Formats: sequence, C-alpha cells, structure tokens
Amino acid sequence: MSNQLSSNQPATNRPPATADVSPPGAVPEGVESPAGGRFRLPTESLRAYTMIIALIAIWLFFQWKTVNPLYPYGIFLHPNNFSNLLQQMSVTGVLAVGMLMVIVAGQIDLSVGSVVGLAGGVAAMSQDPYGLAGALGLALVVGTLVGAAQGALISYANIPAFIVTLGGLLAWRGVILGLSKGATIPVRLQFFRDLGVEKLPQPVGVTIAAVAIAAVIFLTISRARARKRHGLSVPGLGSTVLRIVVPAALIALFIFWMNMGGGMPVPVLVLLVVAVLGGFLTQNTTFGRYLYAIGGNPDAARLSGINIRRYILAAYCVLGLLVGVASLLHTGRVGSASPDAGTLMELDAIAACVIGGTSLMGGRGTVSGAVVGALIMASLDNGMSLLNVENYTQYIVKGAVLVAAVGFDMLGRRKS
Amino acid sequence: MSSTPDTPLLEMREITKSFPGVRALDGVSFDLHAGELHALVGENGAGKSTLMKVLAGVYPFGSYGGDVLIDGQVRHFASVRDSEHAGVAVIFQELSLIKELSIGENIFLGREPRRFGVIRWEELYSRAQKLLDELHLPLDPRTPVGHLGIGQQQMVEIAKALSQEARILVLDEPTAALTDAEVESLFRIIEGLRSRGVGMIYISHKLDEVFTVSQRITVLRDGRTVGTKPTGELDEARVISLMVGREVGDIFPEAAHERGEVVFEARNFTVEDPNVPGKLLVKDVSFNVRRGEVLGVAGLMGAGRSELLMGIFGAWPGRVSGDVYVGGVKVKVSRPSDAIRHGVGFVTEDRKRFGLVLDQTILNNMTLAGLRKLSGRFITSVDAEAAKGEQAKKDLRVKANSVFTVVGTLSGGNQQKVVLAKWLLTNPRVLFLDEPTRGIDVGAKQEIYALINRLAKEGLAIVLVSSELPEVLGLSDRVLVLHEGRVTGEFKRTEATPEAVMACATGHTQRAA
Repeated sequence: MSNQLSSNQPATNRPPATADVSPPGAVPEGVESPAGGRFRLPTESLRAYTMIIALIAIWLFFQWKTVNPLYPYGIFLHPNNFSNLLQQMSVTGVLAVGMLMVIVAGQIDLSVGSVVGLAGGVAAMSQDPYGLAGALGLALVVGTLVGAAQGALISYANIPAFIVTLGGLLAWRGVILGLSKGATIPVRLQFFRDLGVEKLPQPVGVTIAAVAIAAVIFLTISRARARKRHGLSVPGLGSTVLRIVVPAALIALFIFWMNMGGGMPVPVLVLLVVAVLGGFLTQNTTFGRYLYAIGGNPDAARLSGINIRRYILAAYCVLGLLVGVASLLHTGRVGSASPDAGTLMELDAIAACVIGGTSLMGGRGTVSGAVVGALIMASLDNGMSLLNVENYTQYIVKGAVLVAAVGFDMLGRRKS
Repeated sequence: MSSTPDTPLLEMREITKSFPGVRALDGVSFDLHAGELHALVGENGAGKSTLMKVLAGVYPFGSYGGDVLIDGQVRHFASVRDSEHAGVAVIFQELSLIKELSIGENIFLGREPRRFGVIRWEELYSRAQKLLDELHLPLDPRTPVGHLGIGQQQMVEIAKALSQEARILVLDEPTAALTDAEVESLFRIIEGLRSRGVGMIYISHKLDEVFTVSQRITVLRDGRTVGTKPTGELDEARVISLMVGREVGDIFPEAAHERGEVVFEARNFTVEDPNVPGKLLVKDVSFNVRRGEVLGVAGLMGAGRSELLMGIFGAWPGRVSGDVYVGGVKVKVSRPSDAIRHGVGFVTEDRKRFGLVLDQTILNNMTLAGLRKLSGRFITSVDAEAAKGEQAKKDLRVKANSVFTVVGTLSGGNQQKVVLAKWLLTNPRVLFLDEPTRGIDVGAKQEIYALINRLAKEGLAIVLVSSELPEVLGLSDRVLVLHEGRVTGEFKRTEATPEAVMACATGHTQRAA
C-alpha cells in the first residue's frame, strides 16, 4: 500500500504553477478519487511555459551579445530597437492570428502571401480614384472575398485546402502582376503610410494602458461574480488581486517601454487589437469552440449538429479579412506596393502558429501561442540582423528553430 | 533449463507494471500450454491489455517487473520485433492491415520474399494462397484488403500471424465486429490452430464465447489475478462475480415504465448505401416510440440498425427517404442540427470516432451539442457551462478529478457517460442509443442500464440498438427486429424470447412465409 501511495505522489503533486494557466476556473470542485489513476500532465500549459522561457532566453542572449561601449546594457531590448522589433512582427502576427483559426479547424492556407500582395496592390491603386476610405476598404474586401471564394471551394466543393490555396498562391500573384502591369505603386496618402510606421503620441499610449487596466479589473471582478452566481467556487481575495496586479503591471511596463522609444507604433496597436479579438473569438464564442471541435474530430462535430462547412467557410473569411489588414500594414510600412510584396509570408504565418504550439492536424493551438510564435521569429530576425549574422545563416537558424520547436513538442507529448 | 513436455509454452511470472500514479499490474502470473486456448477476462482497466503489451514487447524489458518465459527460458523483449521473433503474435482490436494493399502484400509486409532486393511476386502470392487454403478461406491473395469485410480482414490477420510461425497467438476481442457466421468460422480456425499446437490467449467481454472456446479462464481484477481455473469448473455467474468482486444479482432491473403518448415516429425510411448506388441498407422501415418507453432494435450485423438511426438523424452520407413526426407534427430533418432542434438526441456507436473530441475536456465535450442553449448563442460563458457540466458529472457519476479533465484519459465507461451527458444536456424528447455499452466494463454497464431505466421513468422516449440480445430484451418495453434492412418482427416485452427474436433476426419468419 505504501508503495502505491508513493507512486501516486507525482500525480497529485503537480507543480503549483500549472493551475494558473490551466483553463479559467479549472480549480477542481469537490475533488473526487483520482479517475482510474490515469493521469496526463497538462501539456498545453507546460508548453506555453517552455515557449515563454525560450523567448526570454533568446532575448537575454541577444541583449548580452549586443553589449557595446555605447550601449553598456545592450541594444536588443532598448526601447528603440524593441519597438522596431514589434513593428516588424506585426504583419506576421496579424496573419498568424487568422491562420491559427484555419489550422485549428484542420485546414491550411498557403495563399496568404500572394493575397497580401494582391490586396495591398489594389489598395495602392485605388488611392487616387477612391480616396483613403476606398483604398483601405477595398483591401479588406479583396482579402475577405478571396478568403470566401477559397473557403467555399474547400468546404462546399470538397477540394483539399492544400490544393485550393496552393492554386491561390500562384493565381493571386498572377492577378496582381496583371493588374499592376508589374509596376511598383507608391503610397501617397499619409494616413495609409502611418498605418505601417507611425508612432502613437505618448498620452494616447497612456490612455490605452489605463483603459486596458480598467478592463482587466472589470473583467476579473465580473468573472468572480458570475462564478458565484453559478454556484462555483470563487477564487480567494489574494488570487483575485494577483490576477489584476500582474497583468496591470505588465501593461504599464509595456506602455512605459514603448513611450521611452517614442510611443507605441500603430501596427503594434493593430496587432494587439487583432490578437485580443482573435483570442476572444476562439475562446469565448461558439464559433471558436466549434472550430476546435471540427479540427479535433470532424465526425463528432457533425453528429453534434455543427454545420462544418459553414464554420470552415467562416474561418477562411476571418482569415481573409485579417490578410487584408496585414496587407495595409505591410504596404504602409514599405511605402509602396510592389507586385511581389508578401512573398513567403504564408510560411512565416504557419511557422509562427506551429512554433506557438498549434497542431497542423487541427484541434490544438491558441492565439496567444501564435502571437508568441511570431514574436520568437521576429526576435530571431531582428537579433541576428543586429549581430550582422549573414543572411544565409539566418535562414538556417530559423528553419532549425521551427523543426526543433515541433521536435520538443513531440518529445513532451510522447512522455505524457 | 531444458524444455520438457510439462514446461508451459509461455509463462509470465509476477509481472508488475506501473504508470505514473497507478499500478496497472501487481504481480500477475499467467501461463499457457501448447495447443491450449486460455481466456483472459476482466473489467476494462483490469490490466488485460497491459499484460498483453508486456508480452508483445510494446513495453520493453526493464520497464516492468517479473519474468516472461517462453519454453522455460527467460526472454527480454526490447521491441515488438523481438517478441515476433520468439513466436508471439498479437491481433489487436483495431486491425493493423493496410486497406490499399492486397491480402498477400499485407501478409508479407516487411518480409516480402525477394532476390537482390526485388520482390518475387509469384512466390509471395503462392505462399499467401497456401496460408489462406490452410485456413479454408476462399479468397484470392491479390484482392485488396479494403474490399474484404471486417471478419475476413481478421482472418487475414490470423494468416499473417501464421506466416510468422507464431506459436503464441493473442486475440483481443476478436469477435467484436463479426457476424455470427464469421464467429463460427473463426472458432473452427481456432480449433485447427489448437490441433497444430498453437497456444492462444483470448481476451473477450463476451462470456458465452469464452465458455465455448476456452480450456482455462483467468480473471484479472485491478491488476491482480483473482483466479485461474479450467473452464469446466466455472460458470458465467461465477466469472462475473470474480470480475466485479461481488455477486451480481439481476443486472437488468425490472422496468415498469409509464408509457404515454407517441412522441416520435419514423415513417417509411429507406436508406441507400453511399458507395453502391441502388443498394438499399434499410427498406421501408417505420416505427414509433412513446413517452417513457424503451424501444429495442435487435438485429445482426448488417441488418441496417445504425444506418436507420443515422438516416433519421440526418447524418447519413447516402440517399435517405422517409418522414419524421415529432409530437405528431411532421418535421423536416436534413442535417443533425435539425434533429437536435426537434428534440432528438443520438448517442452514436464508436464513441471515439463519432462521439467525442478526445483531445478536449469533459466539459467541452458535454456541451458540444447543446452549446448555444447552455452557454450563449455567440458569446459563451465558461462559468454557465461549468455549472451545468458539474451537475451532469455528478448526476451520471463520471469519475474524474474535474470537468476540465481531458476526455481521452478516461476509461471507456466514463467516456460513454460523457457522451450521454452531451445529449441529455440538449434536453431531448427522444434519445437514440446505438450500442451504448460496447467495450465498457460490467460495472459501468450496470450504471448505464440503471440510467436508461431512470430516463424512461422520467418520461424520455428511448430507442435502443444493441448487438447484445440480453441487453435489448432486458431493457426494452418493445422490441423491433430488423433483418437485411427490413422489419421482420415486433414483440412486446413479455413475448420477446431470445429464440423468437433471433429467429426473426436471422430472417426465418420471412423465409417461412
């Protein structure tokens, strides 16, 4: 018996940290006897931690490597460079949020790079005839329509997503080459350009931080009330305070750091908004829940009354819209729309999702993971550029990191 | 140590195997003689599969305690390959054949006869033919395995094992998907193998089969051996009580359901095979079910029972015709969401494939079908769901730490309860149950029987499909019998004798008429 007890130890004594990141409200209510003794480590939360630890390790490494007499504490995390880094990742980040939804539903989209080129080109070309609203609006419409068209072919005509979007990768690039006749079109409208590069005035940043902190407080308290109303255990005062103070401190620090570098870049704000909305959509709506179910087990989802085709189509539309957003950020930042804009961006977006713990088989992955994945990729890019690492080495390192991230994931999964 | 006639073919001594948090095997000893069929029974989770995985080298030497001896010699299997070399072959529940390849290619997969790396097809197929002949299987070894029925595929697996000169053959639930005729031919093959000196370990939940084919029975419970006896010294009641550790009384509590008005009616349902146009799997079947009534649907494999339910539910991929009436009103059901909206719930067979998203939590699975009602049309509320999920978990006695436990880690019985909860949370008026107790242990079965009775008492109309005749007869107020897609009989509870139902199920009444 004592033997059995000791073998039970590791199961019940899990690291206390895991409780904090397991799904909200995961505090076991009235714990019963362990189910048949079988137990699996909460791989997803564990994975989230490894990812963040990896990110911090990368940051510290580059910080240490960029120490020089002018910058005795290193350049990498210096506000100027850090805001630059975030600005660089925002396009990939927005694409990754959309891509995540499609991948979670068990699908893929290889065409987003070409559609970034197409939508950005259309926006640049429509500056003169239609003005600002027309240009920005058309980019979003083009992105959404392309997503809808491809989504319809995938879900209603039963053509595999890989094929449809591989075709799209070629075809949409052809369309923009034809439309622009191969010419690069400059961005003339100031606001359009600002979307990609401008920094928000510092007071605006502070206001945003204040609003965000207020939202955190409001949500935490209303959540606790809701739990009480539903007769669930309410977290203690200490943990409630912690749940407010930690995010609030992070928000404040973030804005402080951005303001030190001259203000938060607009594309970073766009990415944050997209990420928050995307996170809400995937975690707190029936739409998101159905996507996970469809990706996890399409048969079970169908028999539970979920209209699989409709939701897959919807996921492609959301991705398409975000591709439109990303195309505006990218075109604004570059300052012009060239016909080959966005090339290979689909691979960056997919890589960001995968590094962030998304399973290409569907059913697993989170928006926050995808954003952290994009951040890891951008950090590698930025850091290696600072260190003047040769271009070819950068490619090799990024490729190796992608494969290694999935390798570690598999290793961890096998153990559990 | 040399092998003498008394040395068992296989001996497993004091096997222990632990997983994090649980001791799956606790000093299990087991032996097998040449030409013997030794049945291994026990509830799910009793350790049968774990024991077989130790034998097969799935769990390599060093990861378990105790000894595995073959012909009296201790063996250390580092992999499945090692155990195969020693003559052990395991035929798991999930068949491991490749559907696109032919019978011959499957039999010799990885061991193709070749010269200079080039496969010698003539030799491969002639050897395959020989093996099939030995098993009296009238099959062409060039046929793709995908064209065979499940039963024949199983025979091919056995042929494959024989081609590896297996002397120890493990059969894990071999009859789960077989028709009665196929079961009989399997048993004939088993007899043939016995006379050739092959030792077999037979794992099954179906005790009547165990008593038909085995010479000895070993019962496992909670990772321990509770008894090994010659089959002749045991009976079913005794084995069941050993399995569950208590005497089982009447496992089907007498149902006294108050039957009300007809809540659900299916009229003239015809269901076509999606792959073979024109082939009808269900032909013009009509039935109704009343409030508080359990309607049993009996029939053999291929009688069209699941196809009928799938067709009514709007989930069948092929053509379906027929009318559905709920509460006397004709409703249109063209997809599952229509059926759910009209108060039809459907606990499908094969919960892992059709019922659950295994990667997700108990809660997410429980609320999948009724999400909009339980949580919100678009924006969901984890707390509202969790409250209802906790209640359902308590109601159905799902054994798990919390509703946030991943469903894939639960035992079969608990998984099935989660599927039941999913449908009960849609608040149905009629509930279809397709093989609700397949592959779950005796204890969980009883709980589900009690639940079915309770739900009927509370006024739910239930349509129960089961391959286990005692289950249908024990729970139903009325029994409908299907044979090859047609209704061949309908019985009241009092008239439904096993003999009469089985006669209809095999189509005898039809032929007699």
